[in-house]
Amino acid sequence: MEKLRYALYTGCTARESTPELLKSTMAVAEKLGIELVLLDEASCCGASHLQDYDDFLSLVLNARNICYAEKLGLTMVTICNTCQLNTAMTKHRLDTNPELKAKVNAKLSEVGLEYKGTSEVTHFLYAIIQDYGLENLSKKVNVPLSQFNIAPFYGCHNIRPSELQNLSNGGENPYNPTSLDDLIIACGGNNVDYDAKNKCCGFHAELQAPHTAAVLTGNALSGAMDANADWMVTPCPLCHLKLDVQHHNASKAIGREVKLPVLHMPQMVGLALGCTPAELGLQHHVTKVNFV
Amino acid sequence: MDEIKSQQVTFKLFRFNQETDYLPYYNTYVLDVTHEEVILDVLNRIKWDHDGTLSYRRSCRHGICGICSIKINGKAILACKARIFDLIDVFGTDMTIDPLSTKRAIKDLIIDKEDFWDKHAQITPFLVSDVEENPSLENLVSPHDAEKLLEADYCIQCGACHYSCPALEINDRFIGPAAFAAAFRFAADVRDDASVERLHVVNEEAQGVWDCVKCMECAEACPKDVNPIEKITKLHNMIFEAGIAKNNVATRHAVGFAHSIEKHGLLDEGELVRYSEGNIGVLKHMPEAFEMWKNGKIVMPWNMPKSKNMDEVKKLMQSSSTVKF
Ligand code: SF4
Ligand code: SF4
Ligand code: SF4
Ligand code: SF4
Ligand code: FES
Repeated sequence: MEKLRYALYTGCTARESTPELLKSTMAVAEKLGIELVLLDEASCCGASHLQDYDDFLSLVLNARNICYAEKLGLTMVTICNTCQLNTAMTKHRLDTNPELKAKVNAKLSEVGLEYKGTSEVTHFLYAIIQDYGLENLSKKVNVPLSQFNIAPFYGCHNIRPSELQNLSNGGENPYNPTSLDDLIIACGGNNVDYDAKNKCCGFHAELQAPHTAAVLTGNALSGAMDANADWMVTPCPLCHLKLDVQHHNASKAIGREVKLPVLHMPQMVGLALGCTPAELGLQHHVTKVNFV
Repeated sequence: MDEIKSQQVTFKLFRFNQETDYLPYYNTYVLDVTHEEVILDVLNRIKWDHDGTLSYRRSCRHGICGICSIKINGKAILACKARIFDLIDVFGTDMTIDPLSTKRAIKDLIIDKEDFWDKHAQITPFLVSDVEENPSLENLVSPHDAEKLLEADYCIQCGACHYSCPALEINDRFIGPAAFAAAFRFAADVRDDASVERLHVVNEEAQGVWDCVKCMECAEACPKDVNPIEKITKLHNMIFEAGIAKNNVATRHAVGFAHSIEKHGLLDEGELVRYSEGNIGVLKHMPEAFEMWKNGKIVMPWNMPKSKNMDEVKKLMQSSSTVKF
């Protein structure tokens, strides 16, 4: 197989409150022989909140980020659902609206950049599944996760709106997504099914609507627990922050003690590939990872 | 002529009669369905061939009246539009048929939609305009101005988005995606004189747009591609543009991103929470913050990472900003 190369858009979270995500992403890429070129020039995607304040500004900034992947001639991979949504949304809007693209490029030209639309944007999860291939991954698994029941938590922004995700994230159906389940199986684990796996964790309203956000987190954790999960796995660091750090607020909101270790997608893959807990930054979790 | 394909499907059908039943129950039917059939055909067959007491709503049979919306395995659909073979592609051959909201069921698939209409009433769902009673000319809207509605006027008020919204399910004061889309539809109409009043309604805490969790369920659920969350984002923008954004945790949370990006390119997570909540409000986050700090999840201000080529980011922030707070 030809060596896979991507431009990695880390987003902010992987460089701040979830350092273990960046660490494990790099560790897994190395094990699989995937080259990830860090886009250090990139700025924050706005997380769909800057978009509420100043939509045009958010388009310009996200287009600038994509420009740097285009310069390298590489597909951009993201490791955060919300980065994926906002970057892919920007790309989609510019690629389908020449007038808007020209307006954005007029601004970008002030700093010597031009958005062309030549780089694809996809989440690392889908790059692994579609480009690397699950069969190839299975062959590299040397510590199968067969003793674990693992609950996939997809996170909204990787699967909805499907109109957008069909272009970037492999087009799985948001009402019955399978990518994370397939990945769990490829790592030798047992995927568990529960209603909240494709629902929202509430992260984006945590400050404005803390009760709503906490109930949603509680539903996710309790659903996974009731399905007998030993731990959860998610491709999104924002879901991770909610599920890993906020379980006490979630417990209060739903009137039941809920708590489960939650792994980032690459941490799970890394475990199956034989990475050490330290290589995957497992010590950074608030809900302690007690099974390795 | 194409060959008619058929397949066996197991339908679990929600049954409940508010007047006689204490709890709902499900009836199971195993039916051969053809590739031409939609869910409404199946409901008709069950009613006509198996159980005449089954109740559901349908009228136009053309995806226009919006009355036949129900849920299949949790996915909101129009019964008259959803092809069973498309649903088999997604779910396989086991399908549970539920009303849009089991909590609001009156009889079988028929629900009480009063809450849906109440939310609409809240946002003044009609054009407020001083139109001359005996005009000498037509009151024309140019195609360019009509496009500003972003097809929000395609809504058929089926309720699919409304009863798929998790924020609404938890917080019943929340106005919800359908009524927000309607608020946008009129607020964006060049003939309307009540835009600002409407924006005030959707700007209120608990009921307004700020409580949306951005799950995109409404965009996914809508059978008419109204894309309510897109309209909700527009309402946020209009609130800032109209200068009526209040200085509160929700607005500061949006504006705080711009401050961070201007300084670091990246988001300063800790500072965002402090700025949004204020110096006192931020204290309630201390227990989490302490746990995070203990585990190496808090970056100290002096270690805050910065994007490379910050001069570009700064310049673009200057030249491309379109609103002020
Ligand atoms: S989603 Fe969050 S972490 Fe990702 S870039 Fe946007 S703001 Fe930063
Ligand atoms: S699940 Fe939570 S963090 Fe993940 S995308 Fe949805 S709201 Fe955002
Ligand atoms: S995006 Fe907002 S309005 Fe739409 S369903 Fe989710 S919470 Fe409700
Ligand atoms: S916005 Fe779409 S889903 Fe919501 S009520 Fe209107 S037509 Fe139905
Ligand atoms: S019967 Fe009118 S929309 Fe389905």
